[in-house]
Amino acid sequence: MVLKSKDLLGLKDLTAEEIEYILDTAKAMKYVITSNNKRTPHLQGKSIVTLFYENSTRTRLSFELASKYMSASSANINSSGSSVAKGESLIDTGKTIDMMGTDVIVIRHPQSGAPHLLAKHVKASVINAGDGMNEHPTQALLDMFTIREKKGTLRGLKVAIIGDIYHSRVARSNIWGLTKMGAEVSLSGPATLLPPKMEMMGVKIYSTVHEALINADVIISLRMQLERQKKALFPSIREYSRFFGLDENRLRLAKKDVLIMHPGPINRGVELTSAVADHEHSAINEQVTNGVAVRMALLYLLTRRGINEAAD
Amino acid sequence: MKLLIKNGHIIDVKTGIDGIYDLLVEDDRIADISKDMDTEGCEIINAGGKYVLPGLVDAHCHLRDPGFEYKEDIESGTRSAARGGFTSVACMPNTNPVIDNESVVKYILNKAKREGYVNVYPIGAITKGLKGEELAEIGELKFAGAVAVSDDGNPVKSSSLMKKAMQYASMFDIAIISHCEDTDMAEDGVMNEGYTSTMLGLKGIPAAAEETMVARELILSEYLDIPIHIAHVSTALSVELIRNAKKRGVKVTCETCPHYFSLTEEACMGYDTNAKVNPPLRTTKDVQAIIEGIADDTIDIIATDHAPHHIDEKRVEFSIAANGMVGFETALPLAVTKLVRPGIITMGKLVEKMSLNPAKLLGISKGTLEPGSTADITIVDIDAKFTVDPEKFESRSKNSPFGGMELYGLVWGTIVNGKPVVSENILL
Repeated sequence: MVLKSKDLLGLKDLTAEEIEYILDTAKAMKYVITSNNKRTPHLQGKSIVTLFYENSTRTRLSFELASKYMSASSANINSSGSSVAKGESLIDTGKTIDMMGTDVIVIRHPQSGAPHLLAKHVKASVINAGDGMNEHPTQALLDMFTIREKKGTLRGLKVAIIGDIYHSRVARSNIWGLTKMGAEVSLSGPATLLPPKMEMMGVKIYSTVHEALINADVIISLRMQLERQKKALFPSIREYSRFFGLDENRLRLAKKDVLIMHPGPINRGVELTSAVADHEHSAINEQVTNGVAVRMALLYLLTRRGINEAAD
Repeated sequence: MKLLIKNGHIIDVKTGIDGIYDLLVEDDRIADISKDMDTEGCEIINAGGKYVLPGLVDAHCHLRDPGFEYKEDIESGTRSAARGGFTSVACMPNTNPVIDNESVVKYILNKAKREGYVNVYPIGAITKGLKGEELAEIGELKFAGAVAVSDDGNPVKSSSLMKKAMQYASMFDIAIISHCEDTDMAEDGVMNEGYTSTMLGLKGIPAAAEETMVARELILSEYLDIPIHIAHVSTALSVELIRNAKKRGVKVTCETCPHYFSLTEEACMGYDTNAKVNPPLRTTKDVQAIIEGIADDTIDIIATDHAPHHIDEKRVEFSIAANGMVGFETALPLAVTKLVRPGIITMGKLVEKMSLNPAKLLGISKGTLEPGSTADITIVDIDAKFTVDPEKFESRSKNSPFGGMELYGLVWGTIVNGKPVVSENILL
């Protein structure tokens, strides 16, 4: 099997089979990360560039280590201190990177659809590492990988996503991915932070966090950005955590073996208490490891696309 | 010089002519309309099987001149207008400098006289610099040649200022065209707020951002008993609000644009920046309501909102792409394909909405083929089908979401002031 597209722009465009295939490949990659010799030849002779127009620590590092563990040549471009800061257009920047022989461009961008624009104009594969409010497919893949590892399957699981859904690309990618894989997704967050007509994406929306949490197998808590308060989207952090924050009491509404996840970085005491973040059922730290595995799988699958296409 | 247009189906709403006739043009005037006219000494245009209409009048376009000639200028813009069957166009004031004083009006009129393919009528600003702070010199604008005032693109935020603008402009009997958008509510939205914006992760502009300001303008118009014209109506509730106001006798007129009866928000899928426009493309329900509004005459005018942009302003991330689409060369075919051929409106209604009513709004003596009037004539073949190719547009800009679409309604001839500008489907 090969991935249909040269790019990974979002889970909206992937089939359930493709997602399954990526997750299976990531399983093999996880052995590499946990072994003593973190070096495989999968990406030998391949060149990976990360192009980040937004700050990022874990996603960027995760991609960089994923490339290095598989022997790729990798390089980073920061939007500040590069030609991007001089006003170069995204397409021009992309073409420049393309012409240096790059196989994969990993892009994070504050505007939704930027990776799609880039992908149309470069030969290299483009991986979306987060675009505006649209998608963050590698995060959702690592979330699904984590759930599948812990629960054995995604089918039939009840997954509650709590918080600022409106601005969350993590939520959107998870919704596309989880619903394709047969999970039942429920959402809850302040009404001002729920995008219109999201129920048409096949999810249930609850106005109280309690309803969303009842019998949940998995909880994905989202980061609440403090700046949103200034735009009158919610009154205060205090009120937000009172009505939507996860604490041990609310956790009891979910299934006993509920899995707690968060894309990070977490605001302790805002979207979840420390007791929840550090709970024995919390997978927040393991998500990070799985992130490297999933990204290794994707880099591998996208770079071998051209080579094995005929054979497949 | 005598020009005889033979055997065309002539439609003139003002005089009530609707049938196959010959039309005689002498110099720059329409001389006669009758059957089987003597062809001697005449240049002949055979319009058999085609409609002969009063030249189309566009009440809302952007010619980008002065200031943004890399997008369009008066020469290229009027060439595009002629190609689309428009013989008169009214251009919005968001130029650089803004059309907020006599000298810019004169500049446009002079340049149009020298280089224009069609008649050009500048629309002045309501406020100085389109800033929404102080009134522009509306009286001076009017006497210099402006045919309406509008802060198009920059809605007048202050209700108090809008009230004063309406009162002041009414003194000079000049139309006020209002771009209705509560920019606070629209925030940094880039497309219609709805399922598509949610799916694409793009910030939405709620329909309510348009409708609240439509309501304000209707209330002001009713309170002051002064006419108001609402630009580019795009939502179902806007149509309903205007329909209700008209029933109460409010002096409101309004326009919509071809894209609001032809496309929905789904055109933005794939982050297609050619579908980015303000007001944004809405939902199927809104498109249906716009069509109903056109059919029952709630909507008086079909304007293009021709808004050329350079490819570099469109080939970028959706959120930072410029708003607007070129419209001259697709407006009539879209109206023919989406409204006339399906039987929603007659050719007579099309003439009203694309020629007579805009001429009335702007207070210009156009929109009719009555003998004695200026010979501005559009000849269209509503059975001829073609595929839209933006690369072939006369406009300097190619930002059209209609590329590849098959449309009926080929503009076969455009005659401006008695002179053929487009003939046998070719721009002369």
